Amino acid sequence: MSKLHVTTTVNGDEVEYLCDPRETLLDCLRDKLNLTGAKEGCGTGDCGACSVTVDGRLVCSCLMLGVEADGKQIETVEGIADGDVLHPLQKKFIEYAALQCGVCTPGVLVAAKSLLEKNPDPTEEEARYWLAGNLCRCTGYDKIIRAVMDTAAELREAS
Amino acid sequence: MDYHSPASFAEASALAENATGITRFLAGGTDVLVQLRSELVTPDTLIDIKKIDGVHDVTRNADGSWTLGVAVTGAEMSEHPELGRDWPGVVEAMDLIGSTQVQGRATLTGNLCNGSPAADSVPAMVAAGVTLSVTGPGGTREVAVEDIPTGPGRTSLVRGEVISAVNIPARGENGGDAYQRFIPRTEMDIAVVGVGVNLRLDGDTIAEARVSLGAVAPTVLLVKDAARAIVGTALDDAALEALAAAASAACNPIDDKRGTIEFRTEVAGVLAKRTAKVAYARAKGEQA
Repeated sequence: MSKLHVTTTVNGDEVEYLCDPRETLLDCLRDKLNLTGAKEGCGTGDCGACSVTVDGRLVCSCLMLGVEADGKQIETVEGIADGDVLHPLQKKFIEYAALQCGVCTPGVLVAAKSLLEKNPDPTEEEARYWLAGNLCRCTGYDKIIRAVMDTAAELREAS
Repeated sequence: MDYHSPASFAEASALAENATGITRFLAGGTDVLVQLRSELVTPDTLIDIKKIDGVHDVTRNADGSWTLGVAVTGAEMSEHPELGRDWPGVVEAMDLIGSTQVQGRATLTGNLCNGSPAADSVPAMVAAGVTLSVTGPGGTREVAVEDIPTGPGRTSLVRGEVISAVNIPARGENGGDAYQRFIPRTEMDIAVVGVGVNLRLDGDTIAEARVSLGAVAPTVLLVKDAARAIVGTALDDAALEALAAAASAACNPIDDKRGTIEFRTEVAGVLAKRTAKVAYARAKGEQA
């Protein structure tokens, strides 16, 4: 079976890979581009650990084929920090200790960034609904929500 | 698995007609990829319809009706400034499916073609009188939503046929629709019972109605007896009781740990009443 050639943009950089049509975008990010931030938790779109944005839209990369990424703009957790300078969300996650084992954290950060870009002033309920597709197996939800809400407040003050 | 991304529905149809083995069309992929990954269904031919012109468009036509492309996602429906004003029931039903991430990919057409009796958007579409444009080897035909599912995981579409557009009728004056479901938890679960109601008022009296039930039979049901129970009434208590009785009478559910036959049958009546009240309030122009 011949592989398919894909050209896409990941975190602002144009990249190319060859993939089998059955491989998911998550497989391609991790195994071909060595971007291992996105995790495979469930592989069925339930846990959100593989969250990325595609043309600005939050999706599970396990529910999208690598070949579908052709010509798209992909953003992953690796693109959130600016070099060594952490994004305000990342700083707050450290400050609030909003992670325990850390497997869900890349997906939560991508999803939370997507939320704040769409809605800079979410209510706690809106934040909880938005992040409902990001499961934390350590059940540390409260600190995650507090970190997101505080980041939102800080970003609003800064703007 | 061969992957194709045709540029037209005619080409998609021809690919499917000439393919051997298992063929699947790929829209949002939230069911197709899960089935692929779990090795439930491994297609020999996968036809991605997202590169066809117009499949991402939400269009209000001159007569007030709507045409939705088959790759329009739940998130795009919810974000549309006008669609939810005309058809809040259809939009809220789609919006109940899955997480933010799933909403970014999932489509009405995929929800329908997956063939689940518990698909949330399907009762809402049936109540709204939605039709599908179906493109096949012989051209394009228009099919009512309720004529697509034939049983769990099965549809009436034949080899070489692909849904090419979703057609939602004009809302018109004094109309309202709603969808509600029962699930054992508060969010992100599969319906144990779902009810869609769409109605039009003449003053306080219901002039027309369509009532649809999900998850209580092998397919989503259009329940004409339930509509008859409320047409000609102002949705008074007697009409609501008749509606509930007709909805419960139409049930032929499975019995499982998520809901027994008795429970699903009872809840279908209760939810039919609640959903009809919301649709009625919306038809009166009230917030509900």
